[in-house]
Amino acid sequence: MRYLSRRLAHGFLVLAGVSVLSFVFVALAPGEFLNEMRLDPRISPEMVAALRDRYGLDQPLPLKYLHWLQSVVRGELGFSFAYDRPVAALLWPRARNTLLLTVPATLAAWLIAVPIGAWSASQRGRWPDRVCAGTTTALLTVPELLLALGLLVVAVRTGYFPIGGMRSAAFAELREWAKVKDLAVHLFLPASALILVNLPVLIRHVRSSLIDVLAAPFIQGAHARGVPPRRLLFRDALRAASNPLISLLGLSIAGLLSTSLVVEAVMSWPGLGPLLLEAIAARDLHLVIGAVMCSTLFLLAGNLVADALLYLSDPRVRADQV
Amino acid sequence: MSAASRQVRAWASLLVILNASVVFAGFIAPYAPNEQNRNLPFAGPTRLHFIETTGQFHLRPFVYLVVSTPGSVDKYEEDRSRRYPVRFLIRGARYTIAGFAADRHLFGVEEPAKVFLFGTDQFGRDVFSRLLVGAQISLVAGVLAAGLALSLGVALGALAGFYGGWTDDAVMRIAELFLALPWLYLLLAVRSVLPLHIDPARAFLLLVTVIGFVGWARPARLIRGMVLSAKRRDHVLAARAFGATDMYVLRRHVLPQTAGVVLTQLAVLVPRYILAEVTLSFFGLGVAEPVPSWGNMLAAVQRYDVLTSYWWMFLPGIALSPVFLLYYALANALHEHTALLSS
Repeated sequence: MRYLSRRLAHGFLVLAGVSVLSFVFVALAPGEFLNEMRLDPRISPEMVAALRDRYGLDQPLPLKYLHWLQSVVRGELGFSFAYDRPVAALLWPRARNTLLLTVPATLAAWLIAVPIGAWSASQRGRWPDRVCAGTTTALLTVPELLLALGLLVVAVRTGYFPIGGMRSAAFAELREWAKVKDLAVHLFLPASALILVNLPVLIRHVRSSLIDVLAAPFIQGAHARGVPPRRLLFRDALRAASNPLISLLGLSIAGLLSTSLVVEAVMSWPGLGPLLLEAIAARDLHLVIGAVMCSTLFLLAGNLVADALLYLSDPRVRADQV
Repeated sequence: MSAASRQVRAWASLLVILNASVVFAGFIAPYAPNEQNRNLPFAGPTRLHFIETTGQFHLRPFVYLVVSTPGSVDKYEEDRSRRYPVRFLIRGARYTIAGFAADRHLFGVEEPAKVFLFGTDQFGRDVFSRLLVGAQISLVAGVLAAGLALSLGVALGALAGFYGGWTDDAVMRIAELFLALPWLYLLLAVRSVLPLHIDPARAFLLLVTVIGFVGWARPARLIRGMVLSAKRRDHVLAARAFGATDMYVLRRHVLPQTAGVVLTQLAVLVPRYILAEVTLSFFGLGVAEPVPSWGNMLAAVQRYDVLTSYWWMFLPGIALSPVFLLYYALANALHEHTALLSS
C-alpha cells in the first residue's frame, strides 16, 4: 500500500507542476480573449476594464495562479470567457465522453491483441507469424488521421453507421435499451479507429514479450514434461509475461489519448479533443489549461491503474517495497 | 559488412534521396502549386491514352482536352477532336531550385490541354504539383523538428547524466512534467499561446520550433541513461585519471557511444513529427493556404461532399504511408544493427 500511496502523491506533484508550467506558458501568450472585445465598438472601454478587474487579468502571474487555485478548490477550474461559464461545467461532460470512447476501445484492443500476439509468438517464424508481422507493419504505416477519415468514408458509403456525432437526433425520446444501442452504434467507428491504431503496437509487444518467456528454461522443461502447448502458452507463459505487458498498458495511455484527440475531432465525437481545438480557436486560455490538465489527469490515473495491477500481479514489485 | 548494416545503408540512402528530391519539386511538378483553373474544380486524374479513337497506337502517351459537361458542376468529358502528346522538358510556369530560377518542367502537355496526374482541388489546382511542393514543407518540417528535439535531448540528457546531482534532478523533473502530458495535448497547448494566423514562412519555423521543443524529454531520458552507464566504463575512468577534461571525455568517449540510439531515435521521431505537422495544419493551426502542406491539403476532405465524392483528395494523406514505411524500415534495421554491435 505504501507503494501505491507514494505513486499517488507523486501523481499530485506532477499535476501541480503541469499546472504551474501551463500558467507560465499562458503568461507568455501575446493575445487574450478580451483583446478582441476591446475592438468591438459596442463594448465600452470601462466595461472591458471592469471585466479585466473582475477576472484579475492585470494581476502579476503568481496572484493569477492563486486566483486559479482558489477556483480549482471551488470546483470551477477557472472561467471560460468564450462560453461565459466555469470551465469545470464544460469540461466534465466532455471528459466523460472521452472516457466512454477510450476505455472500451482500450479493453477491446487488448482483448484482440493478446491472443493474436500469443499465437503469433507460438508460431514464430512460420507463415501465420509472417502474415501477422506483415499486417501489423502495414497498419503501423497508416497515420491515425487517414484511418479516421477512411472509416468515415466507409460510414458514408455503406450507410450502416452514423456519420460522426454521439447520439441520434431523437435520442431523448428513446427507451433505456434503445439509448444504449444508439450509443453503441455511434461508438463503433471511432472505437474501431482507436483499436486499429493501437493494435499493431500491442500485438508486436505481446509477441516479443512472449517470445522471451517461451525461451525460458521453465517453459522448455514443462514442454518436455508434456504440458499441452496451449495451456503452456495461455496459462503459464502469459502469466510470466504479465510484467512487461502491464508496463506497456501504462505507457500506451499517452499515445491512446493523443490518438483519441484526432479521432474525436475528425468524427465529431464530443470529447475533450474538439473542446480543446475550439478553445484554441477562441483563444480561451483557461479552457485550454482545463482540457490539458484533464488529459494529464487521465494519463496519471491510467498509470496509477497500471501500477496497481503490477503491484497485484507481480510479487517482485511487492517484495521490493517492503 | 553484415546484413544488418547493408540494410541500414539501403534504407538510409533511399530516405536521403527522398528528402533531397523535394528540392526538385518545382521541376518535377508540371504546374505552379497555386495556379488555379476555376473552370476545372475537382476534375479527376487526367487519363493518359495510348490508343486513339481511330484505333491507332502511339508509344508516346497523350491526353485529350478536358471540358466540363454542360449543365453540371463537377462532371467532365474529354474533347477527343485533337490529341495532346505528353512532352518532356517542356516550358511552363517559373520556379526556383535552391535560388536558381528556371521554367523547364519534367513533363507536361501543350496548352490548352492539362495533365493532372492526381486530379484537381476545389480551385482547380493540380494536386500532383501541390503534393510535391507540399512535401517541401511536410517532410522537411519532420526532419528539422526531429533534429531540434534530438539536439535538445542529447544536450540536456548528457548534461544530466554526466554531472548528476542537482543538474540531473532539475532536468529530469522537468522532463517528467513534459512526459506527463499526452503529447498531442502538449503540442496543442504550446501552439495555443501563439497567434492563430501567421504567414506561412513564419508558421513553418514556429511549427518546427514548437514540435522540436515539445519532444526533447524522451530522448533526453534515454541519453541520460546511456551516459550514466558510459561514464563508469573503465576506459572513461582511465581517461579521467590521465587528466582529461569534461568536454574531452564527453566528446571523445561518452557521446560516440550514444550514436546508435540517437540515429534510431531520429528514424522513430521523424515520421511522428511529419504527422504532427500534418495534423496541426489539418486542424488549421499550422501552415496556412495558399501555400500547400500535406496537412492543409488534406483539410479539404473535412467538407462532406469532398469526403464522399473525390477520392484523389485523400492522396496527401495516403502519401504519408510509403514515407512512414521507409522510416520504420530504417528504424528496425538500425535497431538490429545496434543490438548486434552491443552483443
